[in-house]
Amino acid sequence: MKHDIKMTVNGTQQEVQVESRLLLVHLLRENLRLTGTHIGCDTTHCGACTVLLDGEPVKSCTVLAVQADGAQITTVEGLEQNGKLHPIQEGFWEKHGLQCGFCTPGMMMTGCALLARNKQPNEVEIREAISGNLCRCTGYVNIVKAIEYAAEKLRQQ
Amino acid sequence: MNTPKTSPEVSGMGHSMKRKEDPRFIRGRGNYVDDIQLPGMLHMDIVRSPFAYAKIKSINSEKALKVPGVLAVITGETLKKYNLHWMPTLMSDTQMVLPTDTVMYQAQEVAAVIATDRYAAADGVEAVEVDYEPMTPVIDPFKALDPSAPVLRTDKKDKKDNRIFHWQAGDKAATDKAFAEADVKVSQDMYLPRIHVASIETCGCVADFDRVTGKLTVYLTTQAPHAVRTVFALVAGHVGLSEEKIRIVSPDIGGGFGGKVPVYPGYVIAVAASVVIGKPVKWVEDRMENLQADSFARDYHIHAELAAKKDGTMTALRIKTLADHGYADAAANPSKFPAGLFSICTGSYDLKNCFAEVDGVYTNKPPGGIAYRCSFRVTEAVHCIERITDVLAQELKMDPAELRMKNFIPKEKFPYKSVLGWEYDSGDYPAALRKAMDMIGYEALRKEQATRRARGELMGIGISSFTEIVGAGPSKHFDILGLKMFDSCEIRVHPTGKALARFGTKSQGQGHETTYAQIVAEELGIPAAHIQVEEGDTDTAPYGLGTYASRSTPTAGAAGALAARKIREKAKKIAAHLLECSPDDLVWETGKFSVKGAPSRSKTIQEIAFAAYTNHPQGMEAGLEAVSYYDPPNLTFPFGSYIAVVDIDRGTAAVKVRRFVAVDDCGNIINPMIVDGQIHGGLAMGLAPALLEEISYDESGNITGGSFMDYLVPTSMETPSWETGKTVTPSPHHPFGAKGVGESATVGAPPAIANAVVDALAHVGVKHVDIPVTPEKVWRLLKEKGLAE
Repeated sequence: MKHDIKMTVNGTQQEVQVESRLLLVHLLRENLRLTGTHIGCDTTHCGACTVLLDGEPVKSCTVLAVQADGAQITTVEGLEQNGKLHPIQEGFWEKHGLQCGFCTPGMMMTGCALLARNKQPNEVEIREAISGNLCRCTGYVNIVKAIEYAAEKLRQQ
Repeated sequence: MNTPKTSPEVSGMGHSMKRKEDPRFIRGRGNYVDDIQLPGMLHMDIVRSPFAYAKIKSINSEKALKVPGVLAVITGETLKKYNLHWMPTLMSDTQMVLPTDTVMYQAQEVAAVIATDRYAAADGVEAVEVDYEPMTPVIDPFKALDPSAPVLRTDKKDKKDNRIFHWQAGDKAATDKAFAEADVKVSQDMYLPRIHVASIETCGCVADFDRVTGKLTVYLTTQAPHAVRTVFALVAGHVGLSEEKIRIVSPDIGGGFGGKVPVYPGYVIAVAASVVIGKPVKWVEDRMENLQADSFARDYHIHAELAAKKDGTMTALRIKTLADHGYADAAANPSKFPAGLFSICTGSYDLKNCFAEVDGVYTNKPPGGIAYRCSFRVTEAVHCIERITDVLAQELKMDPAELRMKNFIPKEKFPYKSVLGWEYDSGDYPAALRKAMDMIGYEALRKEQATRRARGELMGIGISSFTEIVGAGPSKHFDILGLKMFDSCEIRVHPTGKALARFGTKSQGQGHETTYAQIVAEELGIPAAHIQVEEGDTDTAPYGLGTYASRSTPTAGAAGALAARKIREKAKKIAAHLLECSPDDLVWETGKFSVKGAPSRSKTIQEIAFAAYTNHPQGMEAGLEAVSYYDPPNLTFPFGSYIAVVDIDRGTAAVKVRRFVAVDDCGNIINPMIVDGQIHGGLAMGLAPALLEEISYDESGNITGGSFMDYLVPTSMETPSWETGKTVTPSPHHPFGAKGVGESATVGAPPAIANAVVDALAHVGVKHVDIPVTPEKVWRLLKEKGLAE
């Protein structure tokens, strides 16, 4: 069965017709061609597909597109504003918070959500926040530093 | 630490240059295989066997073909028409692409459905009806060698048992004699379980056959694109695929770790589908397929014995190992090394006698035997020697650090010829261990441990002083399917003094676009920011064997330096022409040639490059380019000492890694930031099998940990804040003294953690615990020893 849904993705209004079972991650990646959101597992464990749905981090492989009807979605492609990197993007680059880059978009979205509710997280709070996002390359230390960098940058703004 | 010779603007070796690849990744603009969407592209999904061993009585595709969007169902019979239902493995064994009559492991590919989108393909998979007749599988590798065991590879003529190979190294008689004469002997069984690299990007491809041009382009998750091209040409030459018409593109790769070296059946089926249908076909496996069917690592059942004098001097090592390879030997070892480089098992110690044996066997499990971020079975060897060394220390009631110091190969003995035949290039093992002990405060920790023990608390300190063997390899010894293991670089300097450098390897996160640029910058003085590095497209990159076994810097990196030096030679002649002097009168300093004694008379590399296209000497070819195919004279031997501190909760039996100090020596360092990152990641992938990861099977051959529900990849919560340190002992034979670093930590970390756990329980008589050290195993030990709370 097809559904007409509307949502705002990275500030742009989208009106799409979707099958009931279409996952949000496939809508973003295949219909809207926002391929920065990745798929790494089938069981909601890896977090590579994390996006913000009305500001909350969700694993878009476990959200149906129809559930996002009327929502505001932010993906990694929506972080940079007017050619200026978001502090979390700067942090990951500056602190070598990524290697293969596959988990990075999801990791950054989770980091953004944390910083929206906690302006000065400590290491334990950062580690807890990203514990649903798996990274196989970095050993997490530099991801923690990247989020700390972004927190500092955001506090200065 | 080697201090940089170039300015930050040039960013040659030793600079922590920010990565050149990151701007696209942090914007979500990476280009991974699943991001590729071609016009008219079809999707493939795979029907897999629920049984570990069964006859296929029939496959009925009728219902599947009625599913809207489904275009075709491919079976073994389809491929048999083209003689493509079997394929060679990288170990010159064979494995099925799709079966015609028997399935050999659970999750084996049985049929493939091609459809217009991925949902329709998945529906098609559900609708394919397969009638199986289950048989009793052989799961236990020890039972596989029993004469009464059924022979699994009935496809092989004259195969009478399930043994794949017997490998041995060393002098058995001398080793036995040394054991007979030893004061002290210890022995230990240890199992290194099946694990999976579980890169966050799974494997997949987009196969795109153009019927008009006859060109096949395959976008593929591969660490070795050139080798794959040649394998495709050799395997499918009889159906018209000719190597110049095959282009393999390895785009951005979301982690490899050895899991993206093999050619998987899914790739071959997708290629066959694209060729037959004439449209692009995408196949991307899901996580369960990835964990259940792709090549595994380890699965070594080791029996180790170590002999020593009363004072702790090690005299002999004897190892017998059973290697479970599943139903095919699909390892990715060099051809002459069926047990990989397991003969590095004498480790960092000056052992005079060693005899090691490995027997490979077939069982009804997925095929494999690949590395898990390590150089060909080195982790198995290191775990064995580092664990048995601690068993000896415990027997002798000697501090494990002291025992190691006593037996280390002394610095002055390098280059050192090991008893099993390797020539270790350079090392200073005591310095690395001493540094690690100082960083962690070893002596104070031992005191703390005694205090805590008196209070009934369980705290352990574990050491691992590993020696790696990487950078394969000298081509006289190392090849894969006959392809010699050299690697390559081609550099083109453009008229404006910027450069393009292409390599035969393929980064999967290691940062080659940055580090390779730094190598060329170091040699030519062209800023690394202006050196564009490309890899992974077989139509453009020079031939190479790819990235695995920490070989990129030792081989392709060396080729980069040598190609740059060829360019410098030509640049010197051009500079002499411009300065109207003899080339012999010129001296090189970063980025320019100047006349000896007249430093104001000089030409920069940029001026020389421009002249190479606008004002080159008569009689000289125009342009400024070079290619190097580098064949290393030896492997490199990175090393290090790691110390882990663990606390064990007597109530929950949980093991917490409180601190972990890693001192690494990888020779001269290209980019310290990237080296630290590699160590961090390697440590997490060392902690993973030490504490969490295992793929196990029940007696029917059902996989019991086939998704991230059960296969526990470490999160940010289990991993400690790694503390890293360095010593620098350059490789004497490498063009710029580097050794490779990507895998050291994965190799070195597991025994440090296992040794720490045993150390925490040593006072109650615990001598060994197999990895992964799960709470369940620890809880059983605590119960047994009356320590559970």
